[in-house]
Amino acid sequence: MKISMTVNGKPVSAEVETRTLLVTFIRENLRLTGTHVGCDTSQCGACTIHMNGQAVKSCNLLAMQAEGADILTIEGLAKADGTLHPMQEAFREHHGLQCGFCTPGMVMSAVDLVKNHPNPSEETIRAELDGNLCRCTGYHNIVKAVQAASAKM
Amino acid sequence: MGDMNTIGVSVKRKEDYRFLTGAGTYTDDVTLPHQSYACFVRSPHAHAKVKAINKDKALKAPGVVAIFTGEDLAAAKVGGLPCGWLITDVNAQPMKEPAHPCLAQGKVCHVGDQVAVVIAETYDQAKDAAELVEVDYEVLPAVVDVVSALKKGAPLIHDAAPGNTCYVWAIGDKGVVDKAMAAAAHVTKLEFVNNRLIPNAIEPRAVNASYTRHDESYTLYVANQNPHVERLLMTAFVLGLPEQKVRVIAPDVGGGFGSKIFLYAEDVVLTWASKRVNRPIKWTAERSESFVSDAHGRDHVTVAELALDRDGKFLAMRVHTTAAMGAYLSTFAPAVPTILYATLLAGQYTTPAIYAEVMAVFTNTAPVDAYRGAGRPEATYVVERLVETAAREMKLDPAEIRRRNFIKTFPYQTPVALQYDIGDYEATLAEALKMADVAGFPARRAEAAKRGKKRGLGYSCYIEACGIAPSAVAGALGARAGLFEAAEIRVHPTGKVTVFTGSHSHGQGHETTFAQVVASRLGIPVDDVDVVHGDTGRVLFGMGTYGSRSLAVGGTAIVKALDKVVNKGKKIAAHLLEASDTDIEFKDGVFKVAGTDKAVPFGSVALTAYVPHNYPHDKLEPGLNEQAFYDPANFTFPAGSHICEVEIDPDTGITKIVNFTAVDDFGNIVNPMIVEGQVHGGLTQGIGQALTEGCVYDKESGQLVTGSYFDYCMPRADDVPSYKVGTKVTACTHNPLGVKGCGEAGAIGSPPALINAITDALGIREIEMPATPERVWRAANKKA
Repeated sequence: MKISMTVNGKPVSAEVETRTLLVTFIRENLRLTGTHVGCDTSQCGACTIHMNGQAVKSCNLLAMQAEGADILTIEGLAKADGTLHPMQEAFREHHGLQCGFCTPGMVMSAVDLVKNHPNPSEETIRAELDGNLCRCTGYHNIVKAVQAASAKM
Repeated sequence: MGDMNTIGVSVKRKEDYRFLTGAGTYTDDVTLPHQSYACFVRSPHAHAKVKAINKDKALKAPGVVAIFTGEDLAAAKVGGLPCGWLITDVNAQPMKEPAHPCLAQGKVCHVGDQVAVVIAETYDQAKDAAELVEVDYEVLPAVVDVVSALKKGAPLIHDAAPGNTCYVWAIGDKGVVDKAMAAAAHVTKLEFVNNRLIPNAIEPRAVNASYTRHDESYTLYVANQNPHVERLLMTAFVLGLPEQKVRVIAPDVGGGFGSKIFLYAEDVVLTWASKRVNRPIKWTAERSESFVSDAHGRDHVTVAELALDRDGKFLAMRVHTTAAMGAYLSTFAPAVPTILYATLLAGQYTTPAIYAEVMAVFTNTAPVDAYRGAGRPEATYVVERLVETAAREMKLDPAEIRRRNFIKTFPYQTPVALQYDIGDYEATLAEALKMADVAGFPARRAEAAKRGKKRGLGYSCYIEACGIAPSAVAGALGARAGLFEAAEIRVHPTGKVTVFTGSHSHGQGHETTFAQVVASRLGIPVDDVDVVHGDTGRVLFGMGTYGSRSLAVGGTAIVKALDKVVNKGKKIAAHLLEASDTDIEFKDGVFKVAGTDKAVPFGSVALTAYVPHNYPHDKLEPGLNEQAFYDPANFTFPAGSHICEVEIDPDTGITKIVNFTAVDDFGNIVNPMIVEGQVHGGLTQGIGQALTEGCVYDKESGQLVTGSYFDYCMPRADDVPSYKVGTKVTACTHNPLGVKGCGEAGAIGSPPALINAITDALGIREIEMPATPERVWRAANKKA
């Protein structure tokens, strides 16, 4: 079936199978490989993107469920001139990433978190990021990064 | 030249921009022209004969390119997976080494064992067709735990390993230890399980193999920690291919923790099949596949005793461990519960006599191999649980009993083969006691008790052997490979530098740390240095990344290559300055005639090397490109003190870590930010082992019960605290950077600190890991 949506500000459309997951569409059809797949049970959050301004796990949606939606992936977060979003900058500044695999999903979740909780406490950050697994950082510096970014967003 | 020395500075990471913008390139992100996709048919049974495989239906499914089984591999004389470490047993016999086929040869030995591979135009088509491959199994009884595997009449997994035993190995003088035990004033004895863990790097394993017919060459993209070792094992020991015809690229790799060291069957099968189908083939593990097919970690059953005199001085230690190997020997599996475990049982202490006996046992489970710490967390758990329990039994302060037994003079030869070069264990403990405010603990405990909560404090003073290892020593202990590292420094005509290192980075930040080392030594900006790793087509050689060895071994190879660059630079500078080589000194990026103001900057020397108009051609080749191999003189010995404070709610069994302090001695530190990050991550994995993670196989069926993130409890952001970390420095004495390694320390020190804290809070002797709320609640309420 044919689907159409806006991804990172650009209209896209493609022919996909009905079973095609949104994350597969983003990675394989659009070749936006910054969105990652870390599990098959919607537990790890590596595939987190924004759909109509809300963080969602793109492995947990069919591509056709995003028909007409406004999608933002990690590739669309920084400014066109390459300037990082304050959340990306804070992750860099506070060493909130190591291998980088969970990072796109973590950053997209964190941006949404701060939108919903403008001045989050450590407890709020930890509770809200509980849908994103990171095996490298132990979360310590991710929490610091989100706190720092929230002051600038 | 300004101050370009960034050693000890938290330089922000060079690799971060690409990771933060989605521009990282992991193996699954690589899609090649005419790409095809693979899906593996895996055994649903823990132990079964494969009587027949019918692929007719599957071959007719849409998009199928080819299907291969063990029969095809056998016909093509593709060997099994090799084991890289030979353990010699107590009777001087080699360990039992059953065949480890890449696709089943008539039998499967664990759930997830590979039976066939289906290659198709799309991944979905390969997956659909795999469902249609009909395998006729004759199910056999299975055994999934080491205790059952050793029982008389237990199902035999391999004919080549009677009694399911791989080896019985021992270290130390049993007679001396037995005698000391018998005569001791006090003996503390504990029996425990070191729980099996599943590494779970968030990037699943992935392979993309391709073949080029015109020059008969292969290219393999693979999520791997040591591409040269992968290539060597695959070409020389399995496929019999000329090494120069195979290029292995480990691009960005999303975490490894040991699990991506090994040569896996999928890597071999895809490489071999890429020639057969003459197309690139990609396979990326689904997480469910990772759970059943990645090498697991730990899985020990241990009885341990510590003998003490009246004053709490350690006299002897006796340890018996039964260690699971899983269904087959993974690449370095036999070394983990022996060379990397029993040699660490002295810990930080002067225990004069130690005897350890290790039985390695096959079970119908995924293979077990090195996982973050590899043997050393298990050893630390034995030592630090014993020490803390002994302190309680003898009514001694847990810090005091440790102080009484700390090694204080170096070098120190332990009774279990290692020679520690340097350390200051009292200093790390003293700092940890201060940072954790141990003095204020009784008041905090009393306050918590008023709220109906139970507080406990637990210590762990760990040591690890890193920087593995002097090749000659490793070889004598059974390693079938060298353990050096290689580096190349390519100075470009403009004075910018590319570093080629055999150490692979998969989160550790080598691109930054190594650049700092090079920039500081050459007196140039960090931005002028780029680091290349993970590609056998670009890097001269490498043994890869594991055992916290990158900076100590890989970094030293870089320093040795830099020394050659500087030495050649001195000769060029001497020519330009019309002085003798021996009068030239190099400092802050400038070659200078000693005692004069005659000088030439590094950049000019580099340019002269490539534009050699005024050049000593009779003595020197043009160019400025140097290589070095470094074989370490000894292991390095990072050590530290961890103190954990917990508060337990006896009504729910929930353990809250209210304070976790880690003070480590990693030797000199290049980038403190990166080192702290390594500690945070290690601590969380160790806390995971102690509190949440445990691999469970069903004893009857052999099914993996904890086969997804629903069932295997990975630590999440709200399961762990923020940490207090500090460092004390005693510089390693035998490498020029004075560094020891920091990657595994957190995972090594933290489990016993946490379990010591929980048992302290509850006033109990033992609790099994992971100390889940259910286990803690049961313990809390049995006592009450």
